[in-house]
Amino acid sequence: MNNLIVLPLIVPIIVGILLVFLRPYVKLQRAISLITMISIAVVSIFVLNSVQTNGIIRLDFGGWEPPFGILFVADSFAMLLVLTASIVTAICLIHAFSSIGEKHEKMYFYPFVLFLVAGVNGSFLTGDLFNLFVCFEVMLLASYVLVTLGGTKPQLRESIKYVVINILSSWFFLVALAYLYGTVGTLNMAHISARVAEAGQGPLLTTISILFLIVFSLKAGLLLFFWLPGSYSVPPTAVAALFGALLTKVGIYALFRTFTLIFYHEPLISQTLIGIMAGVTLIVGCMGAIAFKDIRLIVSYNVVIAVGFILIGLAIGTETSIAGSIYYIIHDMIAKAMLFLLAGTMIYLTGKSKIDEMSGLIRNYPLFGWMFFLVTCSLAGIPPLSGFVGKILVGQGAIESGSYILLALAFISSIVVLYSLLRIFLNTIFGETIISLEEEKPMKMGMIIPIVLFGIATISLGLGAEIISGYVTDAANTLSNPSVYIDAVLGGNK
Amino acid sequence: METLIIMLIGILVAVATYLILSRNIIRIILGTAVFSHAVHLLILTMGGLKNGSVPLLKEAEAPYTDALPQALILTAIVISFAVTAFILVLAYRTYQDVGSDDLDVLRGTKDE
Repeated sequence: MNNLIVLPLIVPIIVGILLVFLRPYVKLQRAISLITMISIAVVSIFVLNSVQTNGIIRLDFGGWEPPFGILFVADSFAMLLVLTASIVTAICLIHAFSSIGEKHEKMYFYPFVLFLVAGVNGSFLTGDLFNLFVCFEVMLLASYVLVTLGGTKPQLRESIKYVVINILSSWFFLVALAYLYGTVGTLNMAHISARVAEAGQGPLLTTISILFLIVFSLKAGLLLFFWLPGSYSVPPTAVAALFGALLTKVGIYALFRTFTLIFYHEPLISQTLIGIMAGVTLIVGCMGAIAFKDIRLIVSYNVVIAVGFILIGLAIGTETSIAGSIYYIIHDMIAKAMLFLLAGTMIYLTGKSKIDEMSGLIRNYPLFGWMFFLVTCSLAGIPPLSGFVGKILVGQGAIESGSYILLALAFISSIVVLYSLLRIFLNTIFGETIISLEEEKPMKMGMIIPIVLFGIATISLGLGAEIISGYVTDAANTLSNPSVYIDAVLGGNK
Repeated sequence: METLIIMLIGILVAVATYLILSRNIIRIILGTAVFSHAVHLLILTMGGLKNGSVPLLKEAEAPYTDALPQALILTAIVISFAVTAFILVLAYRTYQDVGSDDLDVLRGTKDE
């Protein structure tokens, strides 16, 4: 039973390796990779339910009991993210079938998507800080390949910066790990937390926590996001959607994990500093989202705004606001993937990327136009769509704890998101049509179906907030009470 | 011994920082390689140098040396090897396509 929780990591790796050998059989690769992602989603629903009834599940590899061995820990937070990641990847794969092109598919596109998912899922599930580093690297190496796949000039140019900045942040990660190991003598996250609580978070541990903050902020795009818009706007649509949905979320997950489980003793760092960083991220992200006319850049800056918003929930740090952040992460994975797919499809349909060069798409593609309106509303947090619940809970948490500046920033940013997306909507979807009926490119079914699926997902996540509220409350409870996690890992064997 | 190694790490980091701040891609890649050597030494030092016998039960006498840092370094070396190989190939491909290894040229133009 416990062995189930390793499946989200191990299945994509094994299947990915198999797919390398099936290189010429594109259709078979498509089918296998889609089935793999769906089956991981099913497994994670199953694990999520059993976490709900039996509490946190852990798996000690090789029978080495914590704190000696490497282990996987499945709590509600991790499993919710694994589940969402699998669903989002499956839907993005459907889009890739018709948009990515056979040349990419034959250059191991599907194996690398699966490796990326393996790294993402591994990062969510691991209970060991060094193992987190390894899973990060698995994910990053796959993402390096995906971002360069195709090898056009802008891709190569941007990917060099992306790779170098990530090598540097991995280096900082190792430095932080080395200092942490030298200080507390363990790498098991629950054990580190227990030891930090025993010894108290002195100046040395606070310094180490700032190193971790830098590392994860680079990955999440919190304040240190200067690399993000460039590298997220060059890859093919389906890849950009995967990146926008998954990669920053892993950094956000790591921030939540370390600053609620390990370094929660110093509110100056875990709340004030993260709060300031999140606020500045929101402001600068908003400027970026309004400043540009290239639709890919606008969409990339929307990722930055979302990161700031989610981290405000962590900075406030009450159970309500953390629950709000969890809702918002799930919502944002779905909505950002949808937004990236829409933007990419728009560029495919018109062949242009600036918003003032396109117009009147709603006459040619009505369903597509309304889907864009749906995602705009969803990201702005209009009920009953999925962004609403997360925003209201973060807002409630901010009021409870009296952080009015963060509250104001968070909600002003929502308006800017609405403005930046409405600007795209009014310029490109409404207005005089520029494409005549003769030269209209037919919308491929494979492109509109995944977008509609995401649309259904965002509506049902908004309407069905009650259904997942049990899981989210449990996840927020585990995050705000580190002892739950520590007891589950260190307290005896199951 | 620890002090000496830490000073060595400091020198390596200084060299790597100098290399990585240059505009030439190959120098930057070399810089990242030197960085990774520095951090491997750092992990080794953090585990404590030469303060026990070989960690084999019944083969040697306690206290044993901490074997974990070696395992960590091994993993980190493999990863940095793979990443360095990748970025070397990437740099070569970029040089072929863009025709320059200067980061100022790689900044890109405003409209493309």
